[in-house]
Amino acid sequence: MAGTAVRGRLTWQTATVGSVTDETPRVRTLALEVPDWPGHRAGQHVDIRLTADDGYQAERAYSIASAPGEPLAITVERLDDGEVSPYLTEELQPGDFLEVRGPIGGYFVWEPAFGGPLMLLAGGSGVVPLRAILRCWVSAGSSVPARLLYSSRSWEDVIYQAELDSDGAEVIHALTRSQPPGWTGYARRVDQQMLAEVAWPAAQQPLAYVCGPTSFVEAVASGLVGLGYPAGRVKTERFGATGQ
Amino acid sequence: MSPISRGFHRKRQEAPAGRVPPGQYVTKDFPVLSAGPTPRTALENWTFSIAGAREPKSWTWQEFRALPTETLTTDIHCVTRWSKLDTTWQGVSLDVLLAAVEYDARYVLAFCDGGYTTNLPVADLTGGQAWVAFGYDGSPLGPEHGGPARLLVPHLYFWKSAKWVRGLRLRDTDEPGFWENYGYHMYGDPWREQRYAGD
Repeated sequence: MAGTAVRGRLTWQTATVGSVTDETPRVRTLALEVPDWPGHRAGQHVDIRLTADDGYQAERAYSIASAPGEPLAITVERLDDGEVSPYLTEELQPGDFLEVRGPIGGYFVWEPAFGGPLMLLAGGSGVVPLRAILRCWVSAGSSVPARLLYSSRSWEDVIYQAELDSDGAEVIHALTRSQPPGWTGYARRVDQQMLAEVAWPAAQQPLAYVCGPTSFVEAVASGLVGLGYPAGRVKTERFGATGQ
Repeated sequence: MSPISRGFHRKRQEAPAGRVPPGQYVTKDFPVLSAGPTPRTALENWTFSIAGAREPKSWTWQEFRALPTETLTTDIHCVTRWSKLDTTWQGVSLDVLLAAVEYDARYVLAFCDGGYTTNLPVADLTGGQAWVAFGYDGSPLGPEHGGPARLLVPHLYFWKSAKWVRGLRLRDTDEPGFWENYGYHMYGDPWREQRYAGD
């Protein structure tokens, strides 16, 4: 596992906000222009620092939404009682400044040489690092099959909707709270039966990446182990508190 | 000098002075972070071992729970920037566990169910600074938080408080553990903001 480490000191760099893209009513993608960005791997994250005019600073970590070789981008979900996410999703405009430090993390990453089949499982905005992995998978022309099981509250909460429709990976949606008229897909939270129906059989030696709120990750990761996935082939990333 | 992020203002209440290290914010939740599925080891198969001493030493769960315990209230600081104040734990002091072996090693590598490891200086585990915790807030420690037992070293970033801990390997040299191999700091002092290698 050694050799993937970030050994030099990671310094804060000024980023200029490029474009902003509304993905859903609560989720926005920010393209960040960082002159000396060292590049990143699919699945890594970045630290963000905001500075108020009175000198107050706040730091947070966000998953990187763009593939290796693409400019840095993050996708942020607004948490109404948050300090940073309402600012990033509502106030920030192209041309504004913030600071970034990264990339961070080397375990929850995928690169084409890792192979597959790729089994990606996302809960809500947990789709962000998996989208970076899918973009990497597309741009590399990877020949391993990729499948994404993506749980969202409703159709309008689905992030990257159009892109996921067209990137060539198999996407299975589960809509937990409300479904559009005529919806024939899953209309419940991911459970063991759904995993058994959707996940690549363990015999194919799939590589699984699970990202979402803790309750989602706990259920899905244990479920995959229950289906015979070796724990070492199930990589997890979580956000949020113990409940939702 | 950091550039001003136009229109950004403090929304959170200021943390009590001296309680929260730089770059951290206080949460009332107890977030969960781990790299893989939560391992589940039955208590009858659980042991805590110390390897690398003059004689190896191992405790079964029953033996471990017969050791003197302490209840402590402390603040914890995760490298992902949340801090949680006044958390209450029950555990066995590392002073008690390390007193059972003879050693002159200066470092340990803690090892865990699921393959996780982390490295620490022995000097940070002794002197009432570290525990193997099995209780949180008066209840058994839940599996997602590292139960049946986790290391608790609250003066270092919380990744050093290895979940599902099964033992310590005493070592003469400081070898990086799991996250340390991925670029996180070898020591991890939150008050010096030692998040990543080179900090």
